[in-house]
Amino acid sequence: MQDELLNMDCRQLRDGIASGRVKSVAATEAVFKAIEKYEGAIGAYISTFKKQAISKAEEIDKKIASGETVGELAGVPVAVKDIMCTSFGTTTCASKILESFHAPYNATAVEKLAAADAVIVGKTNMDEFAMGSSTENSGLKQTVNPWDKSRVPGGSSGGSAAAVAGRLCYAALGSDTGGSIRQPASFCGVVGLKPTYGRVSRFGLVAFGSSLDQIGPLTRTVGDCALLLNVIAGHDPADSTSIDEKTAPVCDCLGKLDEPIEGLKIAVVPEFNAGAESGVQKVIAKAIDVYKRLGAEVIEVDMPHLDYAIAAYYVIATAEASSNLARYDGVHYGHRTEEPADYIEVYSKSRAEGFGKEVKRRIMLGTYALSSGYYDAYYLKALKVRNLIRGDFAKVFERCDCIMMPVAPTTAFKIGEKIDDPLAMYLSDVYTIAANLAGIPAISVPCGFDEKKLPIGLQILAPAFGEEKLLRTARIYERETDWHKEKPRISN
Amino acid sequence: MAELDYKVVVGLEIHVHLCTKTKMFCGCALSFGEEANSRVCPVCLGMPGVLPVMNKQALEYAIMVAMALNCEIAEFTKWDRKSYYYPDLPKNYQISQYDLPLSANGFIEIPLEGGKTKRIGIIRAHLEEDAGKNVHSEANFSQVDLNRAGTPLLEIVTCPDMNSASEVRALAVELQRIVRYLGVSEGDMQKGHMRFEPNINLIITKNGAEYKTPIAEVKNLNSFRALERSVEYEVQRQLDEFAETGKTIETGNKTTRGWVDEREVTVLQRKKEEAPDYRYFPEPDLVPVKLTKEWLAEIRGHLCELPINKQIRYVTEYKLSDYDAGVLTAERFTAEFFEQSVAAGGEPKRVCNLLTQTGLKIAKERGCGVCDLGIKAESLSELSKIVESGTVSSSAAVSIFEAMVETGKEPDILAEELNLIQKSDAGELELIVEHVLADNAKAVKDVKIGGKKSKKAHGFLLGQVMQKTRGQANPKVVSEILDKKLG
Amino acid sequence: MMAKRIDEAQVRKVAKLSRLALTEAEVEEFTEQLSAILDYAEKMNELDTENVEPLAHCLPINNVFRDDCIKESLGTEKTLANAPQRDGEFFKVPKILDGSGG
Repeated sequence: MQDELLNMDCRQLRDGIASGRVKSVAATEAVFKAIEKYEGAIGAYISTFKKQAISKAEEIDKKIASGETVGELAGVPVAVKDIMCTSFGTTTCASKILESFHAPYNATAVEKLAAADAVIVGKTNMDEFAMGSSTENSGLKQTVNPWDKSRVPGGSSGGSAAAVAGRLCYAALGSDTGGSIRQPASFCGVVGLKPTYGRVSRFGLVAFGSSLDQIGPLTRTVGDCALLLNVIAGHDPADSTSIDEKTAPVCDCLGKLDEPIEGLKIAVVPEFNAGAESGVQKVIAKAIDVYKRLGAEVIEVDMPHLDYAIAAYYVIATAEASSNLARYDGVHYGHRTEEPADYIEVYSKSRAEGFGKEVKRRIMLGTYALSSGYYDAYYLKALKVRNLIRGDFAKVFERCDCIMMPVAPTTAFKIGEKIDDPLAMYLSDVYTIAANLAGIPAISVPCGFDEKKLPIGLQILAPAFGEEKLLRTARIYERETDWHKEKPRISN
Repeated sequence: MAELDYKVVVGLEIHVHLCTKTKMFCGCALSFGEEANSRVCPVCLGMPGVLPVMNKQALEYAIMVAMALNCEIAEFTKWDRKSYYYPDLPKNYQISQYDLPLSANGFIEIPLEGGKTKRIGIIRAHLEEDAGKNVHSEANFSQVDLNRAGTPLLEIVTCPDMNSASEVRALAVELQRIVRYLGVSEGDMQKGHMRFEPNINLIITKNGAEYKTPIAEVKNLNSFRALERSVEYEVQRQLDEFAETGKTIETGNKTTRGWVDEREVTVLQRKKEEAPDYRYFPEPDLVPVKLTKEWLAEIRGHLCELPINKQIRYVTEYKLSDYDAGVLTAERFTAEFFEQSVAAGGEPKRVCNLLTQTGLKIAKERGCGVCDLGIKAESLSELSKIVESGTVSSSAAVSIFEAMVETGKEPDILAEELNLIQKSDAGELELIVEHVLADNAKAVKDVKIGGKKSKKAHGFLLGQVMQKTRGQANPKVVSEILDKKLG
Repeated sequence: MMAKRIDEAQVRKVAKLSRLALTEAEVEEFTEQLSAILDYAEKMNELDTENVEPLAHCLPINNVFRDDCIKESLGTEKTLANAPQRDGEFFKVPKILDGSGG
């Protein structure tokens, strides 16, 4: 019963709860049983809210029993990355500097989950302030990959990906600044979507790179991904960078999910893809063959500026981060050093004690890129390169519906393998970064395993605000294959 | 030491609080001295994950001032972050405008002595958010109050076109008059609504060569007087320093000095050895602003005639003195009240006198504006007319004005009720005059003899008539009857 | 050996600008790592961007405003709830000695 309950996807569970066949309380309790059993091994959560979750589940069950209308995620236990502010519990960003921070507000995405009657079970681990690709940079705990506990779950939304893959929740929200949803989704064998910049409100999402950050779902199926996007997408007057309904109306991504796409044109960038491990390349090629077999046209394209994406990204993202993280200073909230000699030390020591190494490194890099004398050479140059990259995408989307490529050059790597070489870690973001620079949506869909039985994700990128067709494209593949039904065997 | 020939050069950096209802980027009400940290929300407290949303009213107010300062308004303007760490700046960056300010290249006309004006260049005017306040106590710690953090702030930078302390003061007063006319700021220096930071130096001519003294920027000025006095003080201090050290702008550093009001001196705060590195970059949380022609035209529609233009017009059109014109135009609503009274048929000089000598006095006593006294411009015009026609005397008009404020009644009714109507009935007055002449034969004789004594005696007789009528006779009419009887 | 892209003195200066008290070991480590990353970033110079506009963000929108309507503030207690140190209704910091920040 426990397994049967946990193996449902969000829509099956929601429909079961809505019809009264399944109780939300049962599903929620099943999730907490799983957490009790496996969380020690996986380490996906920074905090959980058992009491609050069960009482919310009871409330939903009661509503349904009395015939009240309920939201689209009624009774479904979900998790949110601990980078989204919640008015309950703490919001830590996996950083010592915010370890005991209580936000007096909810992120808009969290509000929307609550309004859809989802049951929030906990907040997931991550790389500190979303800076990293392995969740090893968490200042609070280590998360491991449910498929192989000696390996990283990816990052920065590693806790969310591991929780979804390990059946410690039905779905989770993550955030993606340079691949932080898609890469852990790929490493953990789940679906992960980074929506178009502006599609989901960033209000209450603790900022890393403000012009790049976007909240998105991590789920077990494409359909769940569409469902969660439906819930969280939309204009928010509290976020000036969220798109208004007139400019880009929100479409129902779930309704037409299974409608076919006639004459699908897929772009591939052979030269660029050659950088991936051969095992990954093979699996991706096979996945694209599935589309070919179904009649899609595959077009080889040249995107000459993609090679420069990492360089541009690490300048822009760190520049914005250096400014976004200036507020953690030990004055108004967060960690303050003991007995500072003067008010300057409140800043410099609180920050030195509160931030981990990767965060410090990126603050330093970003500060340097913006500082007098280097602004033009680094920051301004990076913005120009960004424009060229956007141009590459615009050109491809003139004649293709989407682009397909790997999510990451490798499968999940060993814990500790790259932690001492920051540049090597940055280079592993090679396939995911460009979508953030261009502001376009991209999804990771499970498409097989390497010889070590580690999951691989197929990345599909689409034009801005093309989520509806992107999800339909992903669903075509999912319908034809069974990869999404695979699940890790977790040992304690 | 010999007298040096020198020229004072002053430019101003000005910050003006805009009197919107809410802060620049969040919905907190602006603060007017409430409990510390009571007007703060997650946005102006810079909490994690919060985002700014621009107050449209603040932008429009800023553009109105820029227009009044004859600036070019940008078609495209954007926001930038200015980074520096300070406890009153919760995000440790200020949302400001750097390379694309909303306006630039304007000027302001300032009034000088004797009705002259001078044009001072405006380099730029841009919008930003104010910081909170650090409160420095006697104890070994400081306190931070964020009520002010996020208040919309217009920064105006002038050209170094002012050449005396009085010009600096004139600009400050004129700017205050402008922002108050536009209704975009209360413009109260004491309350920090307007902050002026003069950059002062001298160009000294010595032995045919010119030397520029190092620039001093003065802070902590909270009154027009302090502003003016600080410039005067700096001029003398820089002269002395130059005589002593010979330091020039090339050899000395720019300094920041603080004004100490009690002692009326400036003291060194810090030397700017290296320019601070503010790391400006485009604010990614806000989108740019495009100002269309239509929108700008609509904003321009909210402007009014500028005070300096009114002042000049009052002199040329109404033949008022520059002083009177200045008093009437000090506040927009006084000027408008004056103009309405004139439009209703009041004689300008007469209306001006009633307003400046009586109206403003009563208003001041009551702590309000003349337009808040509850009298209509038409009623004031009426009052001026009955003075003009001789129905009441000028001194009676003061009592009537006061009574109008008290009772709200019309001036003609009050003149009647208060028994202040002058006797102008020639027949009745002739009888009284005849009585007076009969009783004062000596004076009559003196008048007829002529000369010095005659004028005095004439005045005496007039006085007698006024006494008999208890001051209600129209002196003009009495004088005419006297002339006729004695001529 | 090629000169480092950024030296220890610059690293110290950037640390000061960033308000980060770094240990000697960190200064050394960051000098090495930041130099490597900046060397990599030099790659961008292979591209001619002479006539390319900088792209600060990808949004197709301008003019996002809010009406001047008052929203409730947090109130003093909630504002100070996360404060590491407070003095009455104020945030408390060690004495600020210099004039001003900006």
